[in-house]
Order: sequence, then C-alpha cells, then structure tokens
Amino acid sequence: MTLLLFMAALLAVATLGAALIALFTSSTVVAVLSAGLVSLFASVMFLLLAAPDVAMTEAAIGSGLTTFLFFFVLGRIRREGTK
Amino acid sequence: MSLVQLSLATGFLLILLGLYGALTNRDIIRMIVSFTIADTGVNVVLVAVGYLPGREAPILDTIPVAEAASRITDPVPQALVLTAIVIGLGVTALMLAYAYRLFRARGSLDISEFTELKW
Amino acid sequence: MNFTTRKAIPLVLLLLLGSVFYALFAGYTPDETLNRTASYYASQTVQETGAQNVVTAIIVTYRGLDTLGEVTVLFLTAAIVGLVLAHSKAPKSRSGSGFLPSGELLTTGTRMLVPVILLFGAYVFLNGHLTPGGGFQGGAIVASAILLMLLSDPAQRFSHRLISRIESSAGLTYVIIGLLGMLFAGGFLDNRILPLGSFGSILSAGVIPLIYALIGLKVGAEFSSILTSLEETEDAQ
Repeated sequence: MTLLLFMAALLAVATLGAALIALFTSSTVVAVLSAGLVSLFASVMFLLLAAPDVAMTEAAIGSGLTTFLFFFVLGRIRREGTK
Repeated sequence: MSLVQLSLATGFLLILLGLYGALTNRDIIRMIVSFTIADTGVNVVLVAVGYLPGREAPILDTIPVAEAASRITDPVPQALVLTAIVIGLGVTALMLAYAYRLFRARGSLDISEFTELKW
Repeated sequence: MNFTTRKAIPLVLLLLLGSVFYALFAGYTPDETLNRTASYYASQTVQETGAQNVVTAIIVTYRGLDTLGEVTVLFLTAAIVGLVLAHSKAPKSRSGSGFLPSGELLTTGTRMLVPVILLFGAYVFLNGHLTPGGGFQGGAIVASAILLMLLSDPAQRFSHRLISRIESSAGLTYVIIGLLGMLFAGGFLDNRILPLGSFGSILSAGVIPLIYALIGLKVGAEFSSILTSLEETEDAQ
C-alpha cells in the first residue's frame, strides 16, 4: 500500500512538472509534447484509481491523437510561413 | 495523504495551471495547449471523486456478482469521463481549425493582433 | 490599463478559484459505500444486460441516448472542421515544400503494421462488454492506423466518400437498433432484443457488442476525417 502511494506521489510530481514545462517553455513543439506527457501520466493515474477504461481512452485519444492534431496544424503553419 | 487526496490535489493544480497558461499566453496555439491541460485536470478530479479506497475496477470477471456492490468503485464518473475525453478531442480539433483560419487571415498567431472586438 | 494590473488580474482570479478548490479539497471525505445509483448499476447490470464491464453497460444501455448524442456531437465537429478548412488553398508557389520522402523503414513498417492495428482496434471494440475497452478506444486505435498511413505518405488521399459512407451507415444502423428496442423490448436502445447468452462469452449481452462495434466504426471514421482534413494540404497535389 505504501509502495502504491509512493508511486502515486511520484506520478503526481511528474505530471505537475510536465505541465509546468508545457506552460513555461519557449518552444511550442516542446509545449505540445509536454502536454501529451501530462495526458500519459494522467492515464497511469487513472489506472491506479481503478479506472482501466478511462486510462485506455486517455492514452489513445488524449496523448496520442491530440498531439498529432497539434503537429498537423503546426506543420501547415510552418509550411506557409510568414507571408 | 491518501491516493484520493493526492489525485484530487493533482487535478486541481492541473486546472489552475492550465487556466493560468490560457490567460497569460499570447500565442493562440499555446493557449490551446493550456486548455488541454486544464481538460486533463478536470478528468482527474472527476475520476478521483468516484474512487472508493481499497475497491477494484468495475469489471465483474473475477468479482462474484453478489459481492459486486461492496467491491467495485463507482462506475458512473468513469462513464462520464470517458465521454468527456472524446468530446475534448473534438473541441481541441475545432479550436485548432479556427486558429489555422485566423492565421490564414492575418499571417499571425498573436492574440494581441486581433483587436476588432476590443474596447 | 498598465502592464502590472494586466499581469495581476489573472493571478487574482486564479487565487479566488484556488481558494474555492482548497475548500472543496479540505472538506472532501471519500464515501464508504456506493450511492444508490451506483449500487443499482453494480447489482443489476448482470441480470439486466449480461455485460461484465459495468462502464460499458452504462454507456451503451443505461445512458445509450447520451452516447448517441455524443457521437452526433463528434460528427458535427468533424463536419465543421472540414467546412472551416475547405477553402484554405495554400499558395501554389510553395507546392511540395516540407515533404521529405519517408524512409524505407517507415514505409515497410506501415505496410506490416496497419492490418495488425486495424485488427487490434476491432478486437478492442468487440470485447468492450467483457474487458476494458470499447467503441471509443477501438475507434481511436482504428484512426491511429489511418494516422500511420498518413505519416508514411503525406500526399496520400483518402476517399472522403468512403469515410462518410461508413460513418453515416453506422449511425443509421445505431438508430434503427434503438428503434427495434422500442418495438421488441423495454425501450429505446434496450439491449434485450437479442438473447443475453451465457455470461462472459463474446456473443453475450444482447446487442451491446453490435452497438459498440457500430460506435467504434463511427468514431473511427469521424477521427479519421478530422485527421485527414487537418493534415491535407492542397499544395501537395
């Protein structure tokens, strides 16, 4: 039980750290990747909270597809550049 | 500090951090990133509220049906959050599409360039 | 408004919100037992729906109308994203820029992995009533197969016609099954129009596997449509 709690505390610190990186980094690409990392850590936390369904959804949608949506839009914007 | 309190604190802090980022960032893409972080925080809070300490996931493959009500966690918030995550992706996609449209119109992603509705 | 007040206003707002959150956090004690709704679901799910996964039973049967509304919202989102990006033709002069040819590894890997990923998606949404997983997760996995194909060949075009055919026929079948539930069983989207079967086998729980497969196809088609319309650039032609 204490091991579980220790893991959860580590996970919470990692989640908040990734969120802080996402907010205060100067590069947008790093921010998008850190936001995906927040989602991934949150999905492990859902697993600890006995919600495997939610964990699967968050891992597939929140951290997978959302990140790629951001990259597609960033790619379009970079290709067109500053007109 | 229990598991529930830890996750609740994480969720609330994620909401606050996300809102702070959305309010202070100038770049539209960065605002959308902050919104997705706040979204994740809301989901963590909801699942943590539905968790009962020491209980198992609401899947009755090893748990006998007669004992289900005393051994599983609350399934309702989980169903709610499942739908919230899917809708969250839809909302993010819409925000990104409009951000791209704004970029096409102005050639910039800085929110302070868009001043038509400012007074 | 000068610079310092502009910085201070968000902090004050967040401080207020944070104090509300702190009050909620400090006053929260986890329940000892399930509330009435949850204990009803926990004790009656197996008798009434025959599903092992209680979350699936809630999403597909007890709150089936909500799920129908949700996939409709997702459909509207996909349609609006397509509409917003429809007339954004990039300048012709930059045609083809930014597309490096994808490597041999990615091309071969895509050819090998896409059928496996599609199969895994189908597995996830057909076993939604037995194990964790279901239509939304399976749909996302199917869409990630499409995503891999898009990454290996960015200039590839998917038939929007095919995607919208799959999506609309899945939606229509979903509504028809719901109406059949009104005719032959207790109400809209009641899963007992097919026999409940033996508890724990794949062909059990009435129409839940069928409905979840339809949701999986619909969600997969919607996500694929969002991904392709965000990725496709007119200049790649």
